[in-house]
Amino acid sequence: MTQISHDDVHHLAQLSSLQLTDDEVGALQIDLENIVGYIQQLDELDTTGVEPTYQVTDLENVWRDDAVDNYGIDKATLLALAPATEAVQIKVPKVL
Amino acid sequence: MSSISDFIGVSARKNVEEAIAKAHENESFHALLSLTETRALERADAVDRGEITGLLAGVPFIAKDNFLTLGGTTTAASKILENFEAPLQATAIEKLEAEGAICIGKANLDAFAHGGSTENSAFGPTKNAVDQERVAGGSSGGSAVVVALQIVPFALGTDTGGSIRQPASFNGVVGVKPTYGTVSRYGVVAMASSTDTIGVLASHTKDAALVMSIMSGKDAKDMTTLPDFFAPITLDGKKKIGIIKEAMTDDVDADVRRVTNEYIEKLRSAGHEVEEVSLSLLKYALAIYYIVVPAEISSNLGRYDGIRYGRRADATRLSDLYGSSRDQGFMTENKRRIMIGSYVLSSGFFDAYYLQAQKVRTLLIDEFNELFSSFDVLIAPVAPTPAFKLGENTSDPIKMYLADVMTVPASLAGLPAISVPAGKSEQGLPIGVQLIGKRRDDALLLALAESIEGNA
Repeated sequence: MTQISHDDVHHLAQLSSLQLTDDEVGALQIDLENIVGYIQQLDELDTTGVEPTYQVTDLENVWRDDAVDNYGIDKATLLALAPATEAVQIKVPKVL
Repeated sequence: MSSISDFIGVSARKNVEEAIAKAHENESFHALLSLTETRALERADAVDRGEITGLLAGVPFIAKDNFLTLGGTTTAASKILENFEAPLQATAIEKLEAEGAICIGKANLDAFAHGGSTENSAFGPTKNAVDQERVAGGSSGGSAVVVALQIVPFALGTDTGGSIRQPASFNGVVGVKPTYGTVSRYGVVAMASSTDTIGVLASHTKDAALVMSIMSGKDAKDMTTLPDFFAPITLDGKKKIGIIKEAMTDDVDADVRRVTNEYIEKLRSAGHEVEEVSLSLLKYALAIYYIVVPAEISSNLGRYDGIRYGRRADATRLSDLYGSSRDQGFMTENKRRIMIGSYVLSSGFFDAYYLQAQKVRTLLIDEFNELFSSFDVLIAPVAPTPAFKLGENTSDPIKMYLADVMTVPASLAGLPAISVPAGKSEQGLPIGVQLIGKRRDDALLLALAESIEGNA
């Protein structure tokens, strides 16, 4: 069975943009190991030559006109949703 | 139980006021996260003045709190969206409003619809409509309870792996998960895009059929929607029905098996042919689901970063802002699923998990197609047990996931499946049965259930 270490949990948290507390890391390490153990049962099945299924709509190539549509919402309404703005821009802390 | 027809042709204001009063009387169930009283009463008065007309004029309903609605918050039962007020409405809501229906409030759910008990709500669990010590089921637990308590004649839910069908079963109401692509998901908080569907919970199958016929149809804002095919029908002739034997093993609660067998007897008495069939890959469906769905979740939940909307954590650096906004804004189950998704999609593991799961998904779909070449409808329990106790499964994620084992196969294959009330356990807990159909046979399932409902 696959072992999930604390380092693995930290790595996955980083990939997922999650800043976990130490308690969370411990609990998630156990949960993730159990879940990965469970989903590994698919190894039992031979899928040689089987095509994967990515969608179940029967639809192919759904096109639309290449035209701008604001979906009935203006810029001011969307900016008003942001936690911090300045002028007509969303404000964020320092990047570096 | 309340019917849509009881609310038509009477005062819309009275309908809304009475529904809101009932919601207040039943606050102890914690089925609702918010009421949109001001907007609802404005719309009711417009109906009473004759300014709004339609098939559902003046009929109150409740939407799961992952549908964007005007007049209040849309939280997805999460901290990160706790104060989020949507700038637009979901297409499904717009279509119902165009027929005069009135949304009076938002129902509780597992945060971001991740769960099978509504215990993962950031605002506390919903209690079962029949026994307050038990779970409502989930993730559309609040929607099932408001219908069971007769606060409204119907409520909207979302079903990605059983989130409408299982709470419908646990609370004794009808739950419809349509064919994938039947109803536009525009304006609904995305979970797993390849299996997310929008459906309805109602007291009666004919009401569920009416609501589905209004919501269904192609929407340019959701490229996966199918051309409208849904129209209510009455049952025509006798059907060939297969009972999935792998869903009726000794692992399944004895009351659930008894109630399912009683329903099968009713189908036989009505002249339908019922035979045992095998869906041998049933036992692998949950493993497929818990690879594919977390993968899609990890992608869909990437948008919640505290930048453009939602709650932002205090931080002096951008990278800390992302991490702490997400850590504070998500529930543990959200984090589990996001991280499992990151794991199965990460380089080195992609082929072993994600690709293998999508290949086994093909085998499962092939097996369904084979069965549907000789059967019209399949039947199975909705869940292996009736509603479990609050807190009973919260410490063990796998045990909680197992509650979805019978509902995920239809989701992975995009098939329509409904949950209909079929009986009660020895302790008096509601138990539903699940009818699964071919793609686009949604109306047949409802007509079949209605023919049995009529005889019950």
